[in-house]
Amino acid sequence: MDLSVIEKFNKDNVVVEKLENLVNWARSGSPWFFQFGLACCAIEMMAAAAPRHDLERFGAMPRASPRQSDVMIVAGTVTLKMASRVKRLYEQMTDPKYVISMGSCANSGGPYWQHGYHVLKGVDLIVPVDVYVPGCPPRPEALIYGIMELQRKIRNEKPYTKSA
Amino acid sequence: MDFNNIKKLLSTNHGEAISVLEDTEIILVPAEKWSEVAKDLKENKDLTFDYLSCITGYDNGAGKSIGVAYNFYSMAKKHSLEIRIEVDRENPEVPSVEKIWRTADWMEREVYDLYGVSFKDHWDLRRILLPSDWDGFPLRKDYKEPDYYNGMPVPKDKSYWE
Amino acid sequence: MNTEYLKELGIIKGDEMILNMGPQHPSTHGVLRLKIHTDGEIISFIEPHLGYLHRCFEKHCENLSYEQCIPYTDRCDYLAAMHMNHGFVMGVEKLMGIELPERVEYIRIIIAELQRIASHLMAVGTFGLDVGGITPFTWCFRDRERVLDLFEYLCGARLLYNYMWVGGVSHDLPKDFIKRTTEFLDYFETQIPEYNQILTGNKIFIERTADVGVIPADVALNYGLTGPNLRASGHSYDLRKEEPYSIYDRFDFDVVVGEGTHGTLGDCWDRYYVRILEMYESIKIIRQAMADIPNGDVHEAIPKKVKPPKGDIYTRYESARGELGFYIKSNGKNIPSRVKMRSPAFASLSALNEMAEGWMMSDVITILGSLDIVLGEIDR
Repeated sequence: MDLSVIEKFNKDNVVVEKLENLVNWARSGSPWFFQFGLACCAIEMMAAAAPRHDLERFGAMPRASPRQSDVMIVAGTVTLKMASRVKRLYEQMTDPKYVISMGSCANSGGPYWQHGYHVLKGVDLIVPVDVYVPGCPPRPEALIYGIMELQRKIRNEKPYTKSA
Repeated sequence: MDFNNIKKLLSTNHGEAISVLEDTEIILVPAEKWSEVAKDLKENKDLTFDYLSCITGYDNGAGKSIGVAYNFYSMAKKHSLEIRIEVDRENPEVPSVEKIWRTADWMEREVYDLYGVSFKDHWDLRRILLPSDWDGFPLRKDYKEPDYYNGMPVPKDKSYWE
Repeated sequence: MNTEYLKELGIIKGDEMILNMGPQHPSTHGVLRLKIHTDGEIISFIEPHLGYLHRCFEKHCENLSYEQCIPYTDRCDYLAAMHMNHGFVMGVEKLMGIELPERVEYIRIIIAELQRIASHLMAVGTFGLDVGGITPFTWCFRDRERVLDLFEYLCGARLLYNYMWVGGVSHDLPKDFIKRTTEFLDYFETQIPEYNQILTGNKIFIERTADVGVIPADVALNYGLTGPNLRASGHSYDLRKEEPYSIYDRFDFDVVVGEGTHGTLGDCWDRYYVRILEMYESIKIIRQAMADIPNGDVHEAIPKKVKPPKGDIYTRYESARGELGFYIKSNGKNIPSRVKMRSPAFASLSALNEMAEGWMMSDVITILGSLDIVLGEIDR
């Protein structure tokens, strides 16, 4: 979908558009993220929300409660002690929900894969992940690119089409 | 005071409980005498070790003893000291010093968690870093990590590249 | 947690409830769980539960060589990664008896003090955020980004560097580094009065932090507090002056001690203000070091194989949070036999119960923020 929806609003008073496009445009334009910062990647997530690489211009506001957020950014190492809490918080989020796995620890265990007896090797073992952002830690620009990829994914969804 | 004077003072107070690890400046104390020596370290006017810096557990190898090392520093007299206690592997037990230096509270819990050394008279000896239903003591040299913990696989799945 | 056991110990009394401030909360300090025994507003006991970020650092160090351990030390205290590197590398160098070139020592001091400024900015910013204001957070991050720009210019990484190696550093200073650092310091010295304007003299901030969470100096020492937390209680102890390591004895700087300006000595305001003043001292040290830095090759003392002789050592280092200790046991191979990291924030957190008893729920956040803890270092 392109931005032609906005241009239609500029010219005419009455706009006819597919419901799916409108809904996807609204959902992708305001991905409120659940700040789930665990370790070092949390600092880069905070730096992405800080004045220099501003994340709010994408509509992404940090929310503290899972009920009020759309995206969960798992930033940092998930340990076995923390894993049950991650799962519970994911289940508390309301639909539609997405997960961004940020950093190599959340992607696949990271530098602790070999001898970490208490590290969960990848958060996709417990929650379904939509976008993986690699890096240790990924730069704030990389996280912004990850959010933009998620926005592209949301825009291509078909929530109201009956699948065959 | 330098190390030899400290050792002389401790030996006069505690006799043969004090011995020195060869070629080093580390004092070895047997586990039974540790409470009295610890009290003396804090309260003796010439020693006044009021700051316990670090408690470290270490394992000498599979089948050998487990040790606990204490590092002290005195703010008033500006001298430092290291003391080690060696215990055997099957039933490691050391008297606790958490009533003398409050910082030993959590540090002893950590040594218990990772090595299994139990500290007598500790007010609340529980696991601190690992979950409470974990079994085994991970930092021992003969530890094998479990295959599953509560349904989650612990070792990395190497079928991706092997 | 079985509360019967706590009733027997005499900790939980009668009508109290246990409130859980769970591992995930919007305060920025990481995954920490606090079990607060309260009657609704006044706190009677706090029990911190740790281990949600235990990443088996010490087990990794027993299986990897000394050079491979250095990136893992970065990730323990990720806000002051250079200090972690420096402490570990100093321990190994003392074991091996390596003599460092002068240029390496000067570079290490400049970088360590810049890292101290970055870490204190983060502490001050997030403390402001915890107490309620978003503006100090944005200002501190804006200035912290400049320090991270300098680090990126130097070695390519923003947060986790792997910069200090055994016997030297990984990259020499690039050609414009001293000029850029001088520009940054000139700009930054005009910014600290802005922080004073917005937070230090702010009436609301003083009401929230003065007299809150007082800990006297001897109790603090018994709990193992060091660094800015201990100096705010009036005890002047700075490892850079007491047992100068590296070449700190050549520089002229003061040890900042809290004075109890607003309220009692050793409260949250003192802990915050000590950090602001320490930034001035770091600027002084950096300027002196940049004026005298000699030329040389930074890679000449790096050994081909890091194989310390058999022995043990306990190195102490003054990191941004307090006294960092590394206890390294070597048995002659190129893999350490035991590495233990004594983290300063571990001791600070153990004193939380002592400081917060009798205060109200919102004061817990203030006290926790003033201690400046990093969970990566506590849980290792």
